[in-house]
Amino acid sequence: MDATLIASQLVNGLQLGLLLFLVAAGLTLTLGVLDYVNLAHGAFYMLGAFFSASLLELTGDWPLSVLLALPLLGLTGLITERLVARPLYGKSHLAQVLASFGLLLVIGALAMLIWGAEGRAIALPHALRGQARLFGVVLPVYRLVIIAAALAVAALLYVLLHHSRFGVRVRAAAANPRVAQALGIDTHRLHAMLFALGAMLAGLAGALIAPITEASLAMGAQVIIIAFVIIVIGGIGSLRGAFVAALLAGLIDTFGRAFLDTLLARVLPLEAAETAAPALSAMSIYILMALVLIARPRGLFPPPARGGAA
Amino acid sequence: MRNWRAGLEIALLAALAAMPVIATVTAQPFWLDVATRLAILALAAAGLNIILGLGGLVSFGHAAFYAIGAYAVAIPAHHALYGGADWLASSNGLFHVALAVAAGALFALVTGALALRTKGLHFIMITLAFGQMVYFLLNALEDYGGDDGLPVDQRSELPLMSLDDPLHLFGLSFALLAVVLAFTWRLKNAPFGLALTASARNARRMRAAGLNVFTVRLAAYVLAGAITALAGALAAEHAAFVSPAMAEWTRAGELMFMVILGGAGRVLGPLTGAAAFVVLEELLSSWTVYWHLPFGLLLIAVALMQARRAA
Repeated sequence: MDATLIASQLVNGLQLGLLLFLVAAGLTLTLGVLDYVNLAHGAFYMLGAFFSASLLELTGDWPLSVLLALPLLGLTGLITERLVARPLYGKSHLAQVLASFGLLLVIGALAMLIWGAEGRAIALPHALRGQARLFGVVLPVYRLVIIAAALAVAALLYVLLHHSRFGVRVRAAAANPRVAQALGIDTHRLHAMLFALGAMLAGLAGALIAPITEASLAMGAQVIIIAFVIIVIGGIGSLRGAFVAALLAGLIDTFGRAFLDTLLARVLPLEAAETAAPALSAMSIYILMALVLIARPRGLFPPPARGGAA
Repeated sequence: MRNWRAGLEIALLAALAAMPVIATVTAQPFWLDVATRLAILALAAAGLNIILGLGGLVSFGHAAFYAIGAYAVAIPAHHALYGGADWLASSNGLFHVALAVAAGALFALVTGALALRTKGLHFIMITLAFGQMVYFLLNALEDYGGDDGLPVDQRSELPLMSLDDPLHLFGLSFALLAVVLAFTWRLKNAPFGLALTASARNARRMRAAGLNVFTVRLAAYVLAGAITALAGALAAEHAAFVSPAMAEWTRAGELMFMVILGGAGRVLGPLTGAAAFVVLEELLSSWTVYWHLPFGLLLIAVALMQARRAA
């Protein structure tokens, strides 16, 4: 294990963790503030990838295609909020799970109608394809771009929620929706905006990852479960918790895949280590979640308890 | 409304029992195949119905038990045919079924003891995570096909019957379904079932009345896991193939759909729910490859209706 390998895996892990944070952020906000379980949240991630792929074909400009995908995602978020999510606020989680599962299937089928069953590869501009030397380590430029973009968005989100009127309203509605309403906050509109914001964040993550993995129909169902695990580890409703847990998950997953077999080989026979390592690393974040829930049933950073009924 | 539903359930049960005759008379073995699939899915949903329907606990990882049961058949059968792992190798169907039920129950005991420490949303998420753990574990089992799955090249051997005969396989599936449904009916009206449903309504009150809610729920969870694992074992015999996809969370969602559509907690509910699912799938997927579109819309409608009724 030399330093270069560790450094490049560190970058991979950070990049994965930050993208997972973008997906988990919207999820933890809708779950924490609206108390709505959205299994269809992964669909926004998938749509972000396909929107940007189509816009790239249209405009030929990659950064523009990602930016233009955002309003489309927000609009999709608004529509699904109005039609499926809003009637289910304050209803049983079971009904929300069923409805959003149905919505996931519907969006998946529509995406297959529009884009076909096969994935779409996305070609990056030439400048982003190369390698850069950072602290003596050669790293792919695009992964650094993802890290920078995701960090910037995370900072913006922090400012938005903690240093703006919108953020005060969101936190008021989360703490006590009835009192917030009585104080003249239009909670319907606030909920819709929050939902759209979450959709845009997840879609941005999808658009950013697509040049590496390509846009595919299955990507939404894969990411949503990991995002749920992250927000449960972090504490449902906590943005800070989602950030820490997402980075943890990204790093554990990446390092597990890269180094677990050599680590295990030191204590186990080589053959046993080679069979156990992939299984263990694939399950690692789920094991982490089980451990966290045993030690702290409400997650690492549980937000203060809600007051009043939704 | 209630009589209408009960009538439908009885009619379905009768139709399913008569399916071998119908398939023979119409010379359409396809119908028997569909009926077997229906019986197996209904059995899997019957397991979930105990914890979700009677216990009111939203277990979202139930597909894992289905896969565990299936692999409990496929792995010993694989070794019996191709050698290796002598302690596990067997072609005996009774051993397979016992292993499936025991593995399902054991996994339920361990994960249930952890998951039942949480409640509400956290319970949904932790059961989902345990389900995903099984999914990824099966994917990583390269010796058993990894994500390609494992064919069951030789069906289990049982006394007095041959599972290669579709009629025998259907008979076995239907008989087991009937036994489990009868058992559910007894359970629902027994003190244990009453304690379980009462805990779903008001756990705090039941605790105050001196009931150990945790133990009751854990017992129900183990029972639910064992029954669904049994269904998984039958599914392995039926398809002669197992794969990690059986543990995918979307499968768990489908099982939940069956239980809710059939009526959560209704004894024969899993039967109607599974029938609706199989008919929809056969009908819609023959009609369009985009069958998830109408199916998803139906799911949304069911959920919205359920929420409105609860309000």
